[in-house]
Amino acid sequence: MRNLLTASIAVLILTACEREDREYRANPVTAETEEKIALSPLSGGPSPPVERRSGIGQGYEENAFHVAQGKKLYVWFNCNGCHANGGGGSGPPLMDDRWTYGGQIENIVQTIREGRPNGMPSFRGKIPDDQIWQIAAYVRSMGRNVRKDVAPGRNDDMHPAPAEQRRPPGEVIDGGQISPSAQMPQ
Amino acid sequence: MNRVTLFLLSLPLAGCQGWQSTLDAHGPAARTLADMFWIFTAVLATVWVLTMGALLLALRKRRVAGADPLATNPATERRMTIVISTAIGLTFVTVLALTGISYGGQRALYSHKDGALTLLVTGRQWWWQITYEDPQTNRIFTTANEIHIPVGEPVLIKLESADVIHSFWIPNLTGKMDAITGRQNQVQIQADRPGVYRGQCAEFCGLQHAHMGMLVIAEPKEDFERWRNNQISAAKPPADPERQRGMEIFLSKPCVMCHQIRGTDAGGKIAPDLTHVGSRRYIAAGTLETTRGNIAAWIVDPHGIKPGVTMPTIQLEPDEVQPLASYLEGLK
Repeated sequence: MRNLLTASIAVLILTACEREDREYRANPVTAETEEKIALSPLSGGPSPPVERRSGIGQGYEENAFHVAQGKKLYVWFNCNGCHANGGGGSGPPLMDDRWTYGGQIENIVQTIREGRPNGMPSFRGKIPDDQIWQIAAYVRSMGRNVRKDVAPGRNDDMHPAPAEQRRPPGEVIDGGQISPSAQMPQ
Repeated sequence: MNRVTLFLLSLPLAGCQGWQSTLDAHGPAARTLADMFWIFTAVLATVWVLTMGALLLALRKRRVAGADPLATNPATERRMTIVISTAIGLTFVTVLALTGISYGGQRALYSHKDGALTLLVTGRQWWWQITYEDPQTNRIFTTANEIHIPVGEPVLIKLESADVIHSFWIPNLTGKMDAITGRQNQVQIQADRPGVYRGQCAEFCGLQHAHMGMLVIAEPKEDFERWRNNQISAAKPPADPERQRGMEIFLSKPCVMCHQIRGTDAGGKIAPDLTHVGSRRYIAAGTLETTRGNIAAWIVDPHGIKPGVTMPTIQLEPDEVQPLASYLEGLK
């Protein structure tokens, strides 16, 4: 009975490790996965467009290590040059809910691989495929589309101002006007 | 048996010789530290021997059995008072003297002399980025993991970190100084004799902390200037067809996203600058000697050599490895 209890506790602890499980080598060396996505619901003929998704993306989206790597690579490969920190600039924002070319991870991966009209360059052959998946997983996390315990925290330098206890002492000014809410009869 | 004991005794001493040893000082800062080490060792060893001697003496001079413990002899009492007061006084003097020596040593370590050369060293997971500063902007250049300095000149090193806390340590030349994100620390190194000194990150910084080494090469002024002028220049385009093919492969692969080779289109700034990688003695932060075979091995399987390293495994055809390694080796 006691052994059973110990074993079940050990199993419970181990399940937590999957959240940031990692492989040092992408094994085998990542060739491009075959993703077939439809950019529009229209297709020639009576049947809707055929899509094929490899399903590999889930492993990236549900893993804190991959998402955090994606966050690092997002800056290293200058994604923030156009998309800023997700708010958009010369490129569209990534943290809102509008996805011109689809918001599933395979769509984002294809967008990075192939490039898109009006400025998004193709990174095929420039970024190893597993890193493209990592970046896509991070982009998903910007729009709150990955699990909460997997998403990386926001950088300190993204806060609009230092926290109150880190700022110089404020001034105390006596007087001033009574605010309208205080003038109202209670 | 005796031989085994001798061998075991020689093991700790072997650490005190030459390559990466604090006790083999080759510069003023390291000498201050080594001197302090020896003074402390000598003083504390003396204190230990004296204390142990007094203890042994007390054990041998046993009280006469059956004597009344309350009976005292005024002459003995007086003598004991003098001995104990002297011992207390000596303890104070020793502690104060050692504190004074330590304070003097710190002052010597943190005083900076004006030097002609200033380097910006940035710790990164898991390598060192080194920028030689110069008032003439076209003479500023960046390299990695190998610092050359002229002999006998103080060199100021500004330390920064790009990710986590690292610590800069050249045991033969200077003590440790942390590289901390968001701030700049300074340390000065000076080598009295030409030589090759190994340095090491001394603050645990992640998976490959142990393989985050660097070399400091101290050489005469003329040699240093020749080296610096070569490093400032851009990489020469290769002449033979194999290396030309290697260059084409380098420029068409993901290498260019992170690495820079001045004189080509490769302009990445987040991995070691490879403009003169062939001239450096080691690749992968002091891990492998720079040979064509090691470069090829590193490109094909970086995670087999340094698990967890930032360099990704990229797709290469078998016949692309040789020209690529050959090209990089030729970047002297």
